[in-house]
Amino acid sequence: MTWSDVTTGPIDPAAVLKRVGEPRDGAAALFVGMVRNSNEGRPVDGMEYEGYRDMARDQLAAIAAEAAQQAGSDRVAVVHRLGELAVGEVSVAIAVSSPHRAEAFRAARYVIEEIKKRLPIWKRERYLDGEQAWLEGHLPVTGVKDNR
Amino acid sequence: MKVTVLLFAAHRELVGQANTVAALPEGATVETLLSELKSRGGGWARLPARAAVAVNHKYAGGDTILADGDEVALIPPVAGG
Repeated sequence: MTWSDVTTGPIDPAAVLKRVGEPRDGAAALFVGMVRNSNEGRPVDGMEYEGYRDMARDQLAAIAAEAAQQAGSDRVAVVHRLGELAVGEVSVAIAVSSPHRAEAFRAARYVIEEIKKRLPIWKRERYLDGEQAWLEGHLPVTGVKDNR
Repeated sequence: MKVTVLLFAAHRELVGQANTVAALPEGATVETLLSELKSRGGGWARLPARAAVAVNHKYAGGDTILADGDEVALIPPVAGG
């Protein structure tokens, strides 16, 4: 059974890791994304994550299910945070366990890459000089024409 | 029929509101809705062409036919992670 969530509260990666792992598993991969203190050379003070929460929950559950199917392991847990985050705070945590390491690494990688491609979440960086900007993102593939 | 439209991030700030209701003829598609929104002028007319659309939490193409009560979200390029 996969587990996924979109939350405004702090993320504890150790708690996410504890959601996976069974006696048949010999490996667990844990990926943690966090806010870094610079972007393209510009000092960053923090980050605001805005999300379309209901859709993000649905999408994240779908991504976890896809990763589970590919890995042949249903031990997939993922949580993404929304709201104001300071430098160093965790924005996303992904844990996958499987009998062998290759599947766990691959599935964790799949989850973070799909999050970046299609999870309806946006981030605004706050810079040390007081300015802020929405980060350029990825356009989800939907078949919608660019003709508005 | 009426659909609810949601806006996020840069779109929300450009238009100055997070949601609106659009009245559309029966059989209207996502493209019909986008044209109606653009015709409102102001920030609506300046919404970037680079956007996706979701209908009831699922990404949808421009030819998707809408139904009364649908929740349609304009999705700017995403940046999770």
